[in-house]
Amino acid sequence: MSEQRPLLYLAEFDKPDDVMHAAEKCRDEGFENWDVHTPYPLHGMDAAMGLGDSKLGWIVLACGLTGVSLAVLMMQWMNGYDYPLIIGGKPPDAIPSMVPIMFELTVLLSAFGAVLGMFALNEIPKHHHPVFFSDRFEACSNDKFFISIEAEDKKFDLEKTKSFLEELKATHVELVRDQEQEEAS
Amino acid sequence: MSSAADAPIAAIGETPVLPEHVDSSVISEQVSVVTETEAPLGWWIYFGISLIGLGILGISVGWLFWEGIGVWGNNSPAGWAWDITNFVWWIGIGHAGTLISAILFLFRQKWRTSVNRFAEAMTIFAVICALLFPSIHVGRPWHIYYTLPLPNQMAMWPNFKSPLLWDVFAVSTYFTVSLLFWYVGLIPDLATLRDRAKSLTRKRAYGAFALGWRGSNRHWRNYERAYLILAALSTPLVLSVHSVVSFDFATSVMPGWHTTIFPPYFVAGAVFSGFAMVMTLMIIARQVYDLKDLMTMKHLENMNKIMLVTGSLVGYAYAMEFFIAWYSGNEYERYVFINRATGPYWWAYWWMVSCNVLSPQLFWFKRCRTSIPIMFVISILINIGMWFERFVIIVTSLHRDYLPSSWGYFSPTIVDIGCFVGSLGLFFTAFGLFIRWLPQIAMFEVKAIVPGAQPSHHGPHDDGPAAATLQAKEA
Repeated sequence: MSEQRPLLYLAEFDKPDDVMHAAEKCRDEGFENWDVHTPYPLHGMDAAMGLGDSKLGWIVLACGLTGVSLAVLMMQWMNGYDYPLIIGGKPPDAIPSMVPIMFELTVLLSAFGAVLGMFALNEIPKHHHPVFFSDRFEACSNDKFFISIEAEDKKFDLEKTKSFLEELKATHVELVRDQEQEEAS
Repeated sequence: MSSAADAPIAAIGETPVLPEHVDSSVISEQVSVVTETEAPLGWWIYFGISLIGLGILGISVGWLFWEGIGVWGNNSPAGWAWDITNFVWWIGIGHAGTLISAILFLFRQKWRTSVNRFAEAMTIFAVICALLFPSIHVGRPWHIYYTLPLPNQMAMWPNFKSPLLWDVFAVSTYFTVSLLFWYVGLIPDLATLRDRAKSLTRKRAYGAFALGWRGSNRHWRNYERAYLILAALSTPLVLSVHSVVSFDFATSVMPGWHTTIFPPYFVAGAVFSGFAMVMTLMIIARQVYDLKDLMTMKHLENMNKIMLVTGSLVGYAYAMEFFIAWYSGNEYERYVFINRATGPYWWAYWWMVSCNVLSPQLFWFKRCRTSIPIMFVISILINIGMWFERFVIIVTSLHRDYLPSSWGYFSPTIVDIGCFVGSLGLFFTAFGLFIRWLPQIAMFEVKAIVPGAQPSHHGPHDDGPAAATLQAKEA
């Protein structure tokens, strides 16, 4: 039986400083399909990885504007046009008394936009990922830091990438191979 | 490197938020182990009592639905009584959770990380209890959907000019957003529980809700932005919710209700009572599960300081209400306030003042602020006092309005008491299940504030092309 397809290299680090410096090296080396895995967000890691700003704000803005527009249309149509209600001597389509619900619906849709937008940008839920084939990776949600470089990356090379990672103060470097095929065959 | 960075905290005489021996693995262990081992006897006793309360709720609400709201003590002048008192009380308690999770987050108060998960869970359960009361007090609860803008057989739409309808939108939005905020915060911690799980069932149960979280920095980037946006949305939301609740009263023409001070006064009171409830629950959980390393005296002391501030704000509002009642020259308004302090409900008024205004004043003294028994008793007194505040506002205004011929008196029935005690049962049952099965402290957030958890940005360091050009410019 031939060896299974290599999927990624996983380098393990003990200290936030070490993983930070290593990430800077990976960025400068020009890798594209790579990632840093940490138990909690590290300040400055986005810059160290060369990542730009999150686009989530634009999604939330669009949702918020949808929320406020829907609220205005709904209330104007229901109370002002379809079934006009004169309350307190005010015109049926009076705007001021509609402000609280305009605000609430803006917040409601924005919040859904923030959460579902984050899910979409992160492509979660996604319960399968090659990093989960590694037993050592379980420590990532505890106290260890990891860098993964995927085999799909153009610069990936079984020998060179390994020695590159070993030079970065990684405490452990592991080649993760596909296991699903193994179980199937 | 890390010790050098933390030295100034001790040097300037500040207490560090967490003890020195606490690091990431200690946090994972101490928090997760609660959900992984058999529940201690204390939890079973607590849960058993809570379940009895939940049973009382079932019986009381069942009887209420069967017989109608006549089984409550509400009568013609006092159309609102314990039902709305409980609603406002519960929703107020919920507000502390959002304050801790959102407002203190925006203010970069690092100590909030040990408390926020706890407080957010409390928010959700408190809002569930709050939603219960308006729903059952409408008389025909199976028609509660009339409050929603749904097409119906009468071809009628809700009246969007009514504060009661604003309340429906505000409270349900508040519940939804709080739930989203809480769940987003839980995802990385659920991944920790998934990775620690020994049995396949646990791995699948926590794994399903962890959504395949793998701590990826590409994810953290969007995650942190989502968290920030949710905090920024929740901050005005929480202020709006209790303001809208206060509009239920302030926009009516009842003496004692029709005042402009209500929105800020209600918000301050809400935060005050919510902190007291968090304190009560925290002291118990900290004792039962031995979480003293993560919920330190510094946390408790900070919370006591916030209670002192909000308690004094509430005291100021009480005094200002009285002053304006006199200064307005309106005899109905004056009468309501004199009646509150000296009329048939004088005892409720003075319970309110002594619990809410006087008892937190002890927190001026460091010895009281750092004494567990004292803060435990005061936190319970504040909860009692804040319940009486809502009772005083609602019932004393209603029971004697403009016409002396229509004056009356409200006394609760056994079903009133059953509904209230039952709602406590619902709250504590839900809280017990949360403590048992979910991480009660936001592990990943506490890990991030431990000394040495963040890169030091010292030593040989390459900031990439951008920094290189900057350095070149400086040279």
